[in-house]
Amino acid sequence: MTAATVTAPLAPARRLGVVAGLRHTLTLAWRSLVQIKHNPMELLDLSIQPVMFVLLFTYVFGTAIAGSPGEYLTFALPGIIVQNALFATMTTGFGLNNDLTKGMFDRLRALPIARWAPLAGRILADTVKQAWSVSLLIGVGAILGFRLGNGLLGLLGAFALLLVFSLAAAWISVLVGVLVSEPDKVQIFGFTVIFPLTFTSNVFVPTDRMPGWLQNWVEVNPVTILADALRGLLVGGPVVGPAAKAMIWAVVLAGVFAPLAVRALRRRV
Amino acid sequence: MTYAIRAEGLVRRFGATTALAGVDLAVPTGTVFGLLGPNGAGKTTTVRVLATLLAADEGHATVGGYDVRRDAHRVRQIIGLTGQYASVDEALTGTENLLLIGRLLGLSRAGARARAGELLARFHLSDAADRAAKTYSGGMRRRLDLAASLVGRPQVLFLDEPTTGLDPRSRSELWDTVRGLVADGVTVLLTTQYLEEADQLASEIAVVDHGRVIAQGTPEELKAKTGGQVLTIRPTDPADLATVVAIAGEAAAASPEVAQTTVTVAVNNPGVLPAVVRRLDDAGVPVAELALRGSSLDEVFLHLTGHRAESDAPTGADLERTPA
Repeated sequence: MTAATVTAPLAPARRLGVVAGLRHTLTLAWRSLVQIKHNPMELLDLSIQPVMFVLLFTYVFGTAIAGSPGEYLTFALPGIIVQNALFATMTTGFGLNNDLTKGMFDRLRALPIARWAPLAGRILADTVKQAWSVSLLIGVGAILGFRLGNGLLGLLGAFALLLVFSLAAAWISVLVGVLVSEPDKVQIFGFTVIFPLTFTSNVFVPTDRMPGWLQNWVEVNPVTILADALRGLLVGGPVVGPAAKAMIWAVVLAGVFAPLAVRALRRRV
Repeated sequence: MTYAIRAEGLVRRFGATTALAGVDLAVPTGTVFGLLGPNGAGKTTTVRVLATLLAADEGHATVGGYDVRRDAHRVRQIIGLTGQYASVDEALTGTENLLLIGRLLGLSRAGARARAGELLARFHLSDAADRAAKTYSGGMRRRLDLAASLVGRPQVLFLDEPTTGLDPRSRSELWDTVRGLVADGVTVLLTTQYLEEADQLASEIAVVDHGRVIAQGTPEELKAKTGGQVLTIRPTDPADLATVVAIAGEAAAASPEVAQTTVTVAVNNPGVLPAVVRRLDDAGVPVAELALRGSSLDEVFLHLTGHRAESDAPTGADLERTPA
């Protein structure tokens, strides 16, 4: 250590390139993913809830709502994927809040790294987790009899759409993560908002089985729109209409919540 | 003399609160500079401004000659920061925490691994290297935190209350580490609430209060300023407080402070103690406690600011004299 201390760069670089920023993002994504190794519970968290939802809804409500578990699975699985994706966005806010309250965020900001890398790294890692749960859901669905109507292309399309929508919705999570005082409050927010939001959509029950006043909301609910788009891509049926509307929702969510979240973050740190 | 850190007129407000009300600092390269003050004095805010985490509303500062605002990216390449709370990723192992920082600083995979191993060994963490940091004790976390801030071999190191909450052994180990760093040429800005810590480590101390530097000098100069010693008198009967205050104040030629039933006064002159004893005896005031001791941070504050370090209240003496 003695001789080495003086080897810091004599003329530090003034600015940072985009490539360096991407490298920082990858390193920070690694940081969020490698901890799964020490905390296998996190992997179970990512896996058990979605699988449990598929099993419970298919076998408990399937016959009552759609006549048979098999038919219900075809109807509900795309929506369950949407619900799961929305819950998964909450991990972004949870992790961010954890970094903010524990001082890790300051440590990262005092390093000569791209300003956007900590957030981008986190979102990238959460996207990987998201991909894991979607694959798991499709896999479990396949075992139970779910069949892809549009093959691999439909699956990739569904995944891409889900990714874009999740990235947009993640800004809500980031905003909440910046505003609340402790990580657990992000979870509480997630449950109190995402549960009613997904249950007042056509994810679990077809719109025409609900009271008239509720149907009006169900039809504009972004969760309904995204679920319809995923049904189109994974099972069959109209794709372009719902997918376009879902993209509009994504743009609106990102347009509203990204600036709010960034402003709140600037204020907090 | 070159200065590793210079700050001029730093002002920072948070809403209606003024955290920094014009802080000036000049820290010579290769020294330990102590920023001494109570909670809420503005120490952490000063560090955050200098470490590029927070923008000052007014004034400017340079670290290693680079402006902390305009050249923040350069400043970040030469500083290390250890905050008040050990800021490591608790879900990662000791090794992974240091690998993360090393990789972010642009070290190669092998380089980052070697540096991590070296620092873990140096901070006696090798045995715990592959355990998640959340299983570490408080002292171990602090050491890991300090190791993390040294990965990039910083020229300037900010230590924000590095020993708060540490046991005496960990504290003196950390002091040794800081001395070692300075021997290697690193400049250290240390914030602390403990006069002893500043005394042990710093070659120069700035005392901050209410966002201002209210005194600056070597530890010896500061102690001389405070008079060095404090006389404590507790009368047996609280009704005698007013008499005691009068006697102590006159003998010490300073204004005493009253906390509950105890009177304290700064003492510069060895003749004060016998004088006080004589006068108390003459006045027939029985005393339950009478002690002369070296000055603590409290007394430095009492002397410099006229109020106790822990409270924002106006001088205790003013408050307490009225009922007596």
